[in-house]
Amino acid sequence: MTAPRRRAAGMVRSYTATGGRVVPTRRSLDGATLLKADATVALAGLPAQARRVMELCRPGVLSVAEVAFHLRMPGAVTRVIVSSLVDSGHLTAVAPFVPAAQQHDRDFLKRVLRGLQRM
Amino acid sequence: MASNGCDRYVPDAARSVKILILGPFAVGKTTYVGTVSEIRPMHTEERMTQAGQLIDDLHGLEEKTTTTVAMDFGRLTLAEDIVLYLFGAPGQPRFRGMVQALTAGALGGLVLADTRRLQDSFDAIDLLEQAALPYTVAVNAFDGAPEYPEAELRESMSLDPRTPLVLLDARRRNSAMSGLITLVSAILARPHLEPAP
Ligand SMILES: Nc1nc2c(ncn2[C@@H]2O[C@H](COP(=O)(O)OP(=O)(O)O)[C@@H](O)[C@H]2O)c(=O)[nH]1
Ligand SMILES: [Mg+2]
Repeated sequence: MTAPRRRAAGMVRSYTATGGRVVPTRRSLDGATLLKADATVALAGLPAQARRVMELCRPGVLSVAEVAFHLRMPGAVTRVIVSSLVDSGHLTAVAPFVPAAQQHDRDFLKRVLRGLQRM
Repeated sequence: MASNGCDRYVPDAARSVKILILGPFAVGKTTYVGTVSEIRPMHTEERMTQAGQLIDDLHGLEEKTTTTVAMDFGRLTLAEDIVLYLFGAPGQPRFRGMVQALTAGALGGLVLADTRRLQDSFDAIDLLEQAALPYTVAVNAFDGAPEYPEAELRESMSLDPRTPLVLLDARRRNSAMSGLITLVSAILARPHLEPAP
């Protein structure tokens, strides 16, 4: 992941106006990616849809797919808005867990299994 | 299943895990996700091009050559810091591009199958194999559907001996959970956790 950039005023707007031609986070945004809002970054100047995303995400953590569903926005549109909010530092995105060879990952998966077995 | 305002969010420290529920039309994907999910299961529609590419920019949305694909989405909090997301999607070839995009970031897949039309699940199996994602096949117990010995089922689906096969009823919680438990157990049993290159 690249370091979050501070958002230039109007960035989201120009983004949509040019038909979504910006590359960075969007391609790695998964439906199961979790979003955490930075409450210290001001919402002033954000376009309406981005502001709605922030208002939904400020009280707690949600996945990209849940944000799309709660705001009744298509997944593709949601990814565009969310990725620019990540790039501007309003949101932090945490991708879903995929195991690597580490022992730590094995332990995490064991806890996934125990969680399922407890249900 | 429970839902009120407070249940909307996941724990702050959570890490997510994604598992796909795949199979043909009417095999029980929506039922399965609804049985297992702690939130009211969400039905979403993703748009893709006729060529099967998931549209991921606004430019594509303006094109006429798009079709929609119905997806199911559910959630299960497994620990203070682990939340599981289930994505149910059709396995038919025309949705291939979309499902391929879904396989990225997934831990594994559960393929639902109906003994009256096992061949309809082959596409989902092929897709997961091509993505090198671990999967389990779950034969959904439909009323009146013929029962076959496990060996016969495995043979007709050409399953690798290490690929688990379970029988379950997507309408019943404990039974449905057994599919996920089997899948994660099998992933843990692999000598290497990471998907094959
Ligand atoms: N007997 C039986 N019926 C099921 C089971 N799972 C789903 N069904 C029924 O099969 C039909 C299709 O299920 P649905 O979940 O909509 O399939 P989808 O198209 O894969 O999402 C519904 O009428 C379900 O009630 C099962 O495990 N056993
Ligand atoms: Mg369905």
